[in-house]
Amino acid sequence: MAELTLKDTKKKASTFNLRRKPRLGETIIQGLLFFSGFFSIFVTLGIVYELGKEALLFFQMPEVNLLATLTTTEWKPHIGKFGIWPLLNSTLMTTLIAMAIAIPLGMSVAVYLSEYASPGVRDTLKPILEVLAGIPTIVYGYFALTFMTPILREIFGRDVVQIYNTGSAGLVMGILILPLITSMTEDSLSAVPRSLREAAYGMGATKLEVALQIVVPAALSGIAAAVIVGISRAIGETMIVAVAAGAGPNFTFSPFVGAETITGHIVRISGGDLSYDSIDYNSIFALGLFLFFITLVLNIISQAIVRRFREVYE
Amino acid sequence: MRERSIVQGFDNNLGARNRKGVIWHIVFQTSTVVGILALIALMLNVINSAFGYVAYEAKVDPDSLAVDGTSLENQSKEQLVALLQSTLSSGAYNKLNNEEPFESRSREEVYQLVVERIVRPQVVEVWNLWPSLTQADNIRVTVAQDHPEAELDFISWLTYDFVSRPQTSEPFTAGVRTAILGSLWTIMFTILLAFPIGVGAAIYLEEYASDNWLNRIIQTNINNLAGVPSIVYGILGLAIFVRTLEPFTSGKIFGVENITSENGRTVLAAGLTLGLLVLPIIIINAREAIRAVPRSLRNASYGVGATKWQTVWSHVLPNALPGILTGTILAASRAIGETAPLVVVGASTAISFDPSSPFSKFTTLPIQIYQWTSRPQDEFRSLAAAAILVLLVLLLSLNASAVLLRNRFSRRF
Repeated sequence: MAELTLKDTKKKASTFNLRRKPRLGETIIQGLLFFSGFFSIFVTLGIVYELGKEALLFFQMPEVNLLATLTTTEWKPHIGKFGIWPLLNSTLMTTLIAMAIAIPLGMSVAVYLSEYASPGVRDTLKPILEVLAGIPTIVYGYFALTFMTPILREIFGRDVVQIYNTGSAGLVMGILILPLITSMTEDSLSAVPRSLREAAYGMGATKLEVALQIVVPAALSGIAAAVIVGISRAIGETMIVAVAAGAGPNFTFSPFVGAETITGHIVRISGGDLSYDSIDYNSIFALGLFLFFITLVLNIISQAIVRRFREVYE
Repeated sequence: MRERSIVQGFDNNLGARNRKGVIWHIVFQTSTVVGILALIALMLNVINSAFGYVAYEAKVDPDSLAVDGTSLENQSKEQLVALLQSTLSSGAYNKLNNEEPFESRSREEVYQLVVERIVRPQVVEVWNLWPSLTQADNIRVTVAQDHPEAELDFISWLTYDFVSRPQTSEPFTAGVRTAILGSLWTIMFTILLAFPIGVGAAIYLEEYASDNWLNRIIQTNINNLAGVPSIVYGILGLAIFVRTLEPFTSGKIFGVENITSENGRTVLAAGLTLGLLVLPIIIINAREAIRAVPRSLRNASYGVGATKWQTVWSHVLPNALPGILTGTILAASRAIGETAPLVVVGASTAISFDPSSPFSKFTTLPIQIYQWTSRPQDEFRSLAAAAILVLLVLLLSLNASAVLLRNRFSRRF
């Protein structure tokens, strides 16, 4: 036994190396887990491939012309006119109205929660915001149609405001996006270290000055990301506009008349029994692909902003 | 006065700065109040529509259907069946009998049929809760003047019957049982698809993946998928599950022959579509839960000779499970509330029978709400409000169970 040299033990160990022992079960499981991780790539590829394929068919149809689609202002499938602007315009309008509500309100609530509210108040308010964020969008659609629209009609007159209008859809969409912007902004505000605030107080700054001139600029990347995610959410929002914004594409800049957004159009077209390979069927894929790319670009921008401009504190 | 002399030549302007501070404080506080008011308005608006006076006229006066002094409500099942047989055309009677024989229907169901087919109450006008409470006298006078035939009742649209009855096209007999069951079936397939793959992906990314380009792409991709609008998933589901995989989702390859679900627009297709939709949510939540399990636990496991998978299965997963389940419940409640993708996938507009297999046609609670909301008549708005209350109660109980789960089982290391 005493002769057992170091070399021998090493040799022995290498023959019994458990690390190298083939374990079929482990390998299979690891393969399955990798497949699960990779599955999301399939989903993205599936979206790009399926939507791209049908969208390509759409643009190959004799009635459709890419240039005309991008430049003309009439979307009337039954007479072969496919100008995207009426749909895109109302999408942008509802988004603009929603953001005009959600950005100032959302930021104010976030600043209030993070800088002003006592812990007790914060602990009651945050769950309320979570409840607001968890309500299905169809309920907001119902709210827009049965609450916001009558109010708008009372204020601006029944002959001015139509029953279906982009204004009320946009306003309610703002309420929908408010908790999203608030919680993302609040997260980045609370990530700003205490020491920065204390330093500013030490210099004699008031509470407001600390909040708006120290904390908000320090959290700006997170806030910008929140706004962009909010915009992307508003563009993709469907049920509110499907219920409240009206049916039928309409190229208008008035928030008081009905106009269909991209998402609203997709829902209405596919609501009936859609037959495959019809021009309507292919058009929703083209519109879907368009939506996918807009929101994808917005999401990538927001992630890039967070990565690029994030202030890292010790 | 002394302070002022120290900072002489420097105007600290404190009064104005403090005023500004107070003004903005009020602005911030008001914004918060506005947000809360919006939530309250939303709830009150729904409650307001779900209750109230309704004036209705019966096509046939129930009193005229009394037999030997027994009013319609107290008649036996046999009497009611006889009434149906004598009043309806034989074709309509046989059709009802073929759907389900009268012998196997309960008295309650037959009574419903009599009300629906013979008495046929028609809604004349509907009032919301607020006017019903404040102007009840006015309403009574108006109804007496304009519709002398009409009956006026204060009703709650949300009743036990509303939850337990199948869908019909008549506002008085409509219910949401079909829709609730449709939602539950759909969610089942959503979870069956998204839970294993989502948790698997989370384990892979947290425990196995090294920091190379492929895994970075997977991570970025998951974040991007979480931001894709839900309607895009609906279009994807239409292309893949409804069209390409039609033999699978319509059950043809399993030998299911059912004309109604031949086109693949089934519970299964809807569930899988929503599964893709909630997958990123489940992955992101599960990753967080797994990351919260401390390193020391894993090292202890390796120290006694466990393999990687043994460590993950016996130590990481049990400790991360409450977090994973909470995330899954949240994902499920998101899926239950989704409407747009299901409209695109092809939820049926009017079905009155419950889904009974993965290959059934379906409608879900949000779809039902959407349908009722889109109709111009007030009585359907009230039905939609009642259905919204059912949906919110369902979601609230799901979320409450998630919170309970988190508080009950979460361990701090």
